[in-house]
Amino acid sequence: MSEGAAGRPRVFLVDDHHLFRAGVRAELKDAVSVVGEADEVDAAVELIGERNPDVVLLDVHLPGGGGQAVIEAVRASAPEVRFLALSVSDAPEDVIAVIRAGARGYVTKAISGPELIDAVHRVAGGDAVFSPRLAGFVLDAFAALTPGVAAPSVDPELDQLSTREREVLRLIARGYTYKEVAKELSIATKTVETHVSAVLRKLQLSTRHQLTYWATERRLV
Amino acid sequence: MDPDPGEWWGGAGWHRHGPRHLVRHLGHGPWRRSPDQRIFGGVAGGLSARLGLDVTLVRVGFVLAAIFGGFGIALYLILWLVMPMAGQPRCIAARAASDRKGILLSLALLPALAATTVVVAAFHTGVLSSLLWPFFLSVAALILIWRNCDPEERAFIRQAVEPVIHLQTSPAHRRRVLVVRFGAGVAVIALGLALLTLSQRAPSVSIVRPVIGAVLVLAGIVVLFGPWWLRLARDVVDERQARIRAEDRADLAARVHDSVLQTLALIQRSAEEPRRVVQLARAQERELRAWLFDGDLPGTAGDGAASLVAGVKLITGEVEGDRKIPVEVVTVGDCPLDDRLRALLAAAREAILNAAKWSGAPTVSLYAEVEAEKVSVFVRDRGRGFDPDRVAEDRRGIAHSIQARMLRVGGRATVRTAPGEGTEVELTVGRGGRR
Repeated sequence: MSEGAAGRPRVFLVDDHHLFRAGVRAELKDAVSVVGEADEVDAAVELIGERNPDVVLLDVHLPGGGGQAVIEAVRASAPEVRFLALSVSDAPEDVIAVIRAGARGYVTKAISGPELIDAVHRVAGGDAVFSPRLAGFVLDAFAALTPGVAAPSVDPELDQLSTREREVLRLIARGYTYKEVAKELSIATKTVETHVSAVLRKLQLSTRHQLTYWATERRLV
Repeated sequence: MDPDPGEWWGGAGWHRHGPRHLVRHLGHGPWRRSPDQRIFGGVAGGLSARLGLDVTLVRVGFVLAAIFGGFGIALYLILWLVMPMAGQPRCIAARAASDRKGILLSLALLPALAATTVVVAAFHTGVLSSLLWPFFLSVAALILIWRNCDPEERAFIRQAVEPVIHLQTSPAHRRRVLVVRFGAGVAVIALGLALLTLSQRAPSVSIVRPVIGAVLVLAGIVVLFGPWWLRLARDVVDERQARIRAEDRADLAARVHDSVLQTLALIQRSAEEPRRVVQLARAQERELRAWLFDGDLPGTAGDGAASLVAGVKLITGEVEGDRKIPVEVVTVGDCPLDDRLRALLAAAREAILNAAKWSGAPTVSLYAEVEAEKVSVFVRDRGRGFDPDRVAEDRRGIAHSIQARMLRVGGRATVRTAPGEGTEVELTVGRGGRR
């Protein structure tokens, strides 16, 4: 990351709705510097390479391959760029796919301006951002994984959430901010961030096989 | 904009069982034994739901496999061990794995098996020796099932085998009948087996003899177990009917409570507004008429929804429509709705309405989680909050209605709030364990 974390992070917007980009830009303009925007995958990949932002606000659904494709293309050339997924999508398969591709967090488009700014700063600082909905998805995914799915787990450490992580996620899913979570559990906000980052890591590295199993299983029903 | 993820997210109807859902859930989800259709362990019911076959067909298959070769019983018992009961996370075998004494008891059967094999081999009775393995396997499985099943299931098994166990305690004349029956049955079976084995040793003899042998064995089995089977079948039917009656009564009480009693309470509270009273009474009258004469069930929360997630969507949708306030919904897991969960939904709707009316917050969040033993719903707003000790009279009434509703179904409602801190209502109710 560059000067971003402490001061004004350099932010790039990727969304196919012009009005939405305009709205976000207006909300963010006092707190971050918006260095560019794009409305489809190829343009986004090219411009992100050129402008080198700290944080990319990325729509999950994009013409030309979805947010996932942008992350995968950019990670190869500029691994230091961080992604925050932003979507109206409620479909866990989409959200989990973007997170597993490497996004540092997911927020819904209903998020308020100050909360979004806070989330951007958090991602710029290297932390993970879990919206209540993402926390819910993750709890559900890992709950579905634990009771003896057919495939043996390669790394049990990665395939299970600790009790504390579960508690933290549950509170986030209930709409608590990190600060409120910390107060509720009598731990430091920094510790909450550590837990959330650990969960993000598990989500990204856990045996692909099993998460896919979970997703397909759910879709079948 | 919302692709209705509930359709597959959370897996509506995963833990469903029962004949009405056979076709819909054919071939999906885990293998589960069915408590609603069980005669012994509910294995046949579970298999039929998973394979899409009629349950009677599966049962006939097991019985045939039991008669010809004997492995039907062993297969049934092993499936009983490894298939979890619907709504339960673990199978009996998982629990049996840590039951050292049970495993030792089962292993102790091995010498007995070896000894009997040697003896039987000496007599060259092919039929008998082919029965030995399934027999010992069945006994071992029975030991493990009996030692490791949950208490409810054990009570069920006990009820099923009671007529046999209680032979000693029955009155003298009945005991005599039983002894005669037992003797006759064993004798007929022995004769049948003898015919079968003899015919095996001399294959040139006509086909008549083995057929007579098989018929005799069957007849002996019927003489031995027939009366017991009849009684068992009758008990199962009786128990099922009693359960249905009890469920109907509970359902009726719940519906009257959720419709008529609620409206009466509202009317009492609206006594000063004649127009509102008339409106309420008329709405209730319409609903009751629809119930009694058209068979439409009166409105409870989440009516028309089959699962918890669908119900949550329904109530949040209603409130969003009525109050023009967005409700952020996050759900983890899903399960079919029952009376208790309907009460939970009704209480949750009250809580959301409360937040919409009083908190002044721009949005309300709802978090619902289905766990193995309980379902929890959290309704949270970031509004003005209040001091729980100094609550306006009408507001306390609503809190009571939420709490009373949860208590009625054995649940719990907790309100956490402070001025300026927003409000969070926690609703919890247990699940599993049929009523």
